[in-house]
Amino acid sequence: MSGTSKICALALAGALAVLGITAAGAEESEIPPRVEWSFAGPFGIYDEAQLQRGFKIYREVCQACHALSLLSFRNLADPGGPGFSPAQVKAIAAEYKITDGPNDQGEMFERPGRPADHFPSPYPNEQAGRAAHNGVLPPDLSVITKARGYERGFPWFVFDIFTQYQEEGPDYVVALLQGYENPPPGFSMPEGAQYNKYFPGHALQMPPILTDGQVEYTDGTPADVPHYAQDVTAFLQWAAEPHLVARKRVGLQVMIFLVVFAGLLYFTKKKVWSSVPGHA
Amino acid sequence: MNENAIYRPEQHAIYQPKNRSLKWLEVRLPILSLAHSSFVAYPTPRNLNYWWAFGAILSFLLGAQIVTGVVLAMHYTPHVDHAFNSVEHIMRDVNWGWLLRYAHAVGASMFFLAAYVHMFRGLYYGSYKDPREVLWILGVIILLLMIMTGFMGYVLPWGQMSFWAATVITNLFSAIPVFGESIVTWLWGGYSVGNPTLNRFYSLHYLLPFVILGVVVLHVWALHVSGQNNPAGVEPRSKQETVPFTPHATIKDLFLTVVFCILYAWFVFYLPNYLGHPDNNIPANPSVTPTHIVPEWYYLPFYAILRAVPNKLLGVLFLMASIVILAFVPWLDTSKVRSASYRPLYRQFFWVFAAVCVGLGWLGSKPAEGNYVLAARVLTAWYFIHFLIILPLLGLVERPKPLPASISEATLRKAPGAAVASGAAAPER
Ligand code: HEC
Ligand code: HEM
Repeated sequence: MSGTSKICALALAGALAVLGITAAGAEESEIPPRVEWSFAGPFGIYDEAQLQRGFKIYREVCQACHALSLLSFRNLADPGGPGFSPAQVKAIAAEYKITDGPNDQGEMFERPGRPADHFPSPYPNEQAGRAAHNGVLPPDLSVITKARGYERGFPWFVFDIFTQYQEEGPDYVVALLQGYENPPPGFSMPEGAQYNKYFPGHALQMPPILTDGQVEYTDGTPADVPHYAQDVTAFLQWAAEPHLVARKRVGLQVMIFLVVFAGLLYFTKKKVWSSVPGHA
Repeated sequence: MNENAIYRPEQHAIYQPKNRSLKWLEVRLPILSLAHSSFVAYPTPRNLNYWWAFGAILSFLLGAQIVTGVVLAMHYTPHVDHAFNSVEHIMRDVNWGWLLRYAHAVGASMFFLAAYVHMFRGLYYGSYKDPREVLWILGVIILLLMIMTGFMGYVLPWGQMSFWAATVITNLFSAIPVFGESIVTWLWGGYSVGNPTLNRFYSLHYLLPFVILGVVVLHVWALHVSGQNNPAGVEPRSKQETVPFTPHATIKDLFLTVVFCILYAWFVFYLPNYLGHPDNNIPANPSVTPTHIVPEWYYLPFYAILRAVPNKLLGVLFLMASIVILAFVPWLDTSKVRSASYRPLYRQFFWVFAAVCVGLGWLGSKPAEGNYVLAARVLTAWYFIHFLIILPLLGLVERPKPLPASISEATLRKAPGAAVASGAAAPER
């Protein structure tokens, strides 16, 4: 079928021509720079120290406005995560006030958190959250790194299959946290909003909350905004994909098994077919 | 073609159980001999290539979807307030839940990928022609059922794309004159997509795969009546031109299924969210419309056709026609020659058509504006021209290459080196 491949190439060229004509309609939006993540690629794992630093930032900065409701305190001690000990988790949980009840008297009451509790929301209800931020509710950050991304476009989305690039979400969040700029002249800014070059539409209702030296690092990592942004994003990625490390580890085992099994089957198939005329 | 000369599948050895209790069963329910003649003795043309393994791959994937789906259903909650979180609960707290969920979500994509390959195989080798028309039509019915199943499954996690896909697609019915609005209200079970909608989609999403299973049984039954087509497109004429299904086809299918699983596993373990949309990780919110509402990749060509037509009702009709037209291909294609290997013109149009489908898919992911719409219109027109004009016309004007007299001759032509050896090993009648 040598002719076929030629025709195939022709057809492909035709399709590409169509793509070329239409690619003109792309929209303008800043592409977040790529970050080197420890959890990227087939052998990716989370960096425990980074997740612990990131958790610290979430607790001391983001938590004031953002919920993390899909996570329980006990998750902080799960394998593949930030690696807190059960005792540390207990202590962390106890710092939170959890509304529980009703009790025997029919009343709600507050008690210290326990490892099985979920992270409490900073707001009693959605409306309270909106009221505090010009009508915009700061999103729950539990799966934020999977809920954001940017268009890769042709041909990059094809290459991504082979390079396993999956970190559009984390790259976007890191960029967003550092993407504040002065608005271009003539940009009409809604009340309370900030100009952010990575945010779609650019008018972000979140103030630039990270400043150098704001959170104390004890492990020698520079305490500046770029590190804060990366660390908290790594933590949020873990929050969104808590089983990523296990997934990639099992994936490697499955891959090795499948490749070996396929090889064995190939030679078995060859043997079976060796008696059939015209077949190897 | 002399029908009597064709080697028919039912001409093979009949299974005779030796064991006493099996004999007892055989007299009362001949299920073992049915299985034996269907999956062991069943003769397959000996020249099948790997494109014929996709039926086996599809069967495997249907099984995988049902198994992962039934277990997911044990942990999933079909309620607008809980659906999103229950899927996250599966991902976080259920043992191996992440694997189940990703295997099911990626499995749907793999299912469509394999189905499309399977169908293009049929189009290339003319597998829909006499006597396999019913077999082909059953396949088109399976595709329709898959489309419905996949769509309703995508709604279940109740993310933003789930909700808005459900809204957009159900709203298509409002294009129907007079009764449109009432039909949409009836489909929703209310005045917007809501809890009743989610519940019925869940019920149907559980049901339809088993309907698919039933149609697959019919599909395989029809296959075993007519026997398989093959790359040469001429029927086997002797026992020597076939090989028994087991072990020959079984091992070949198994090999390719495992190779396919490498691709499947690549996505499940390394790129589980690649085929999805980030917006579906935002809980459904009826008051916020996403900037671009895009369906899953496997619907994109149809979506492009829908949006290429300026009129809503016409768009819906074109969308449906683009699938239904497949059922008529056995009669639209007027050529007596099956395999594109012997149809020089058709072969070129086949590849153009394949490229058009890919192009439509890409356009379906783009906003419906400017040049994109123009390109989608051109490709949509070509999609229908291919079936309605090219296929009927080619049969009349094309001069096919001389057909091989038999499968043996076809394989000998391809591999002249093997001629001597095989000629000695398998003397033809
Ligand atoms: C003072 C309150 C406040 C703090 C503190 C805060 N945010 Fe936000 N954040 C907001 C608000 C309000 C929005 C909604 C912005 C909008 O939609 O315009 C938001 C939105 C976001 C978004 C989503 C942007 C998008 O693409 O929609 C991310 C990601 C985010 N915040 C991350 C963080 C991180 C990480 C921290 C901690 C370092 C943090 N925020 C601290 C108020 C806050
Ligand atoms: C024909 C085979 C099937 C196809 C093509 C299919 C397709 C899908 C798709 C596309 C999703 C959304 C995935 C996501 O984004 O998470 C889904 C979800 C789901 N399906 Fe299926 N499915 C099939 C069979 C089944 C069966 C047989 C069952 C149960 C008996 C089932 C139960 C579920 C459940 C509970 C969900 C929601 C959980 C989730 O989102 O992962 N499916 N399905």
